[in-house]
Amino acid sequence: MNTLLDKLWHAHEILQRADGTSLLWVDRHLVHEGSHHAFARLAERGLAVAQPALTFGVVDHYAPTRGGEVAPDIRRMMATLGENARRHGIRLFDLHDPEQGIVHVIGPEQGLTLPGLLITCGDSHTSTHGAFGALAFGVGATEVAHILATQTIWQKRPRAMRIAFDGALGAGVTAKDMALHWIALLGADGAQGHAVEYAGAAVRNLSMEGRMTLCNLSIEGGARMGMVAPDAVTFDYLRGRPFAPLDWEAAVADWRGLVSDADAAFDREVTIDAGTIAPTVTWGTSPEEALPVTGHVPQPETLGTKAEHARASLAYMGLEAGMPLTSVKVDQVFIGSCTNGRIEDLRMAAAVLVGRKAVVPGLVSPGSAMVKRQAETEGLAQIFTQAGLEWAGAGCSMCVGMNGDLVESGKRCASSTNRNFKGRQGRGARTHLMSPAMVAAAAVTGHLADVRPLLEGRI
Amino acid sequence: MSGWTTINGDAVALPQANIDTDQLIPARFMSQPRKDGYGAFLLHDVRESMPAHPLNHHAPQVLVAGRNFGSGSSREAAVYAMVDFGVRVVFAPSFGDIFAGNAVNNGLLAAQIEDALAADLMAVLGDGAGAAQVDLGTGRASIAGHSFAFTLDEVARQKLLNGWDDIDLTAQHSPEISAFCAARQAAHSWALPTPPQTRMDAKASLTKGERHS
Repeated sequence: MNTLLDKLWHAHEILQRADGTSLLWVDRHLVHEGSHHAFARLAERGLAVAQPALTFGVVDHYAPTRGGEVAPDIRRMMATLGENARRHGIRLFDLHDPEQGIVHVIGPEQGLTLPGLLITCGDSHTSTHGAFGALAFGVGATEVAHILATQTIWQKRPRAMRIAFDGALGAGVTAKDMALHWIALLGADGAQGHAVEYAGAAVRNLSMEGRMTLCNLSIEGGARMGMVAPDAVTFDYLRGRPFAPLDWEAAVADWRGLVSDADAAFDREVTIDAGTIAPTVTWGTSPEEALPVTGHVPQPETLGTKAEHARASLAYMGLEAGMPLTSVKVDQVFIGSCTNGRIEDLRMAAAVLVGRKAVVPGLVSPGSAMVKRQAETEGLAQIFTQAGLEWAGAGCSMCVGMNGDLVESGKRCASSTNRNFKGRQGRGARTHLMSPAMVAAAAVTGHLADVRPLLEGRI
Repeated sequence: MSGWTTINGDAVALPQANIDTDQLIPARFMSQPRKDGYGAFLLHDVRESMPAHPLNHHAPQVLVAGRNFGSGSSREAAVYAMVDFGVRVVFAPSFGDIFAGNAVNNGLLAAQIEDALAADLMAVLGDGAGAAQVDLGTGRASIAGHSFAFTLDEVARQKLLNGWDDIDLTAQHSPEISAFCAARQAAHSWALPTPPQTRMDAKASLTKGERHS
C-alpha cells in the first residue's frame, strides 16, 4: 500500500510533531563553497558539526576550469570551504583532488549516494540523487546550518506524484528531452509540493546517467524531489564504487524493497507515451517554455495566461513569434553541468561531432575529474578538440557562471544545462536548453537543429 | 532573529510570473559576506535594465508577485536580498518550495493567495505603491483598500511570530535523535559511508585470514 516516498520517509522519521512536521535523519550531507553562510552561522553560535563522517565537501560552483589567473573572490570562496572542512574534520574533494567534480556527479560516482539514503545539499539539483531510490532534496543555508549542527531536518511530507513514461524513446531522444517534455506539459510549477517518482518502461530502460538527468530536472518542474526505484541497473552502477557498502549483499537485500507497492495510491498520476517525445529545446526564459525542435516559436497570444511571460521571454531572447526553431542561429555552445556532464552525455555529443567541425565556438566541461580522465581515455576529448571545441576542467562552469565562465550579454548559447533563466549564464545571456547531442548538432550547424539525421548510422 | 506580528507599510506589485532566484539575486553577488547587507543586490539586473521598475522608486515592506515566485536555485541569498531591502511579506499565487522554506527561516512571510486576488491587487497597485497592513495574528491583510484573508500553516506562523530558530527547537529532541541514529546504524550498517582506506584494510585482513585458513 506504500509508495517509495512513504517507505523512504518512514525509514528516516525520528518523530512527528502534532502539526504534521517530521524530524528526519540525514544520511549524507554534501556542502560546497556556497555553504559559507551556514558555516558562519555555526561559528556565531560556537557549534560543532554533529556528524563530520556523514558530511562531505566539494569545490564545484566556483571551480576554475580553464587555467589562468584565478580572481581573488573565487580563491577566497574555495579557501573558506577548505578552512571549514579542516576545522570540522570533513572529507573535502578539493580543486586538485583527482576525485573532484560537481557534487551531483561525484556523489554517485564515489558511491556516497546509495538507495535508501536521505541526502541533502544546499543546492536545488540535489534531486539528482533520487535516481538511485534515495530521498534527496535541496535545502537553504539555514537548513544547511541546522543539518550541520544536528544531522536532522524538519520537513513536511510532500504529496506523492508519479510520472510514467510508457513505451520507448526514439533514436536520438534522451532523458533531457523527457524532462523538458513533461515540464512543458505541466509547467515550471506543475509538480510544486510533490515528490515525483518516475516510472514506466522508458525510465526502466534508461542508464543511471539518464535517470540522474531526469531526476536532476525535477526542481525545474517545481518538485523538490524526484526518484526512481532502484533495480539491477542501479546495483550494477554502484558495485565497486569507492564508498560502496562493504556488506554488499545485505545492502542489496534492503534495497530490493525500495519500490512502490503495486496498489500504492499516488496523489497525482501522469502518463506520457515516450514514443511521442521529440528532441526538445527551450525558446524562452523558463524551462516550461520548451517545444520539439521541429516546431515554431509560439505566438504569445495563443498561450492564454502565459502570454505575458512569453512576450517578455521573446523580447529577452531576441526571437520572432512564428519563426521555425531550426532557423534560430546560435553564437556558442556549452556541454557540461550536473544535468548533462556525465560520460554518457559526452559520448552522445561526441557521436555527433566525430569527423565534423563546429561552426561556432564552444566549451565542454566534464562533470568530474574522473569523467574527464575517462573521456580522455576513450578518445572523446580529442573528438571535441578536433571539432574545434574547448576541453576544460570539471565544475559547474558555464551553467551558473560563478567561476567566470560566462556567456556575454546578447549572445545566444545552446546549452546542456538546467536553467534558461534571464541572466543565468551571464548578464543578458540567452540560453537554449537541450540535450548534449542537440548541443553538438547546434555546434556543427550553427543553429538549433534536429540531431536525429546527424546521428543516423552513428548510434 | 526577532519575530513580528503586524506590518504597516507600503506594497508594490511585481506582476511577472516565474521571478526566479537567479533574478532575485544574480549569482555574481553571492560570494559577498552578509554583514554588508544584500539589499542592493535585490533584482539588481532587472532594476538596472528597467528604470521604471517599482523597486527603483519605492522601498516597500510588502510585494504582490506573479505565480511561481522564487523558483529555481536554493540560494537563500535571494531571501537575504529581500529582507535586507526591507521586504517582510510577499503574496503570490505560488512559490518555489525551497524558497518558501528559506523565507520563513528569515522572518519573511511568503503567503499564497488566489490568482484572481493577485490580479486585482496588481491592477489596483499598477506601477505605484499602496498602503499595506499585514497581521500574522488574525491572518488578514489589507492592500490599497482591498482587505483579504491569507492562509499560512501553523508552523510557519509560529516561527514568524516568535522568530524561533530550529536549532534550539531541535536540541530538545537530542535523546530521540541519538537513539534513532544508533538504531539505524545497527539495523542498516551499509548506510554508513565506508572510507576507501577502511575498505583496503578490510580486504587486506580478509586476504590474511584466507591465507591462515
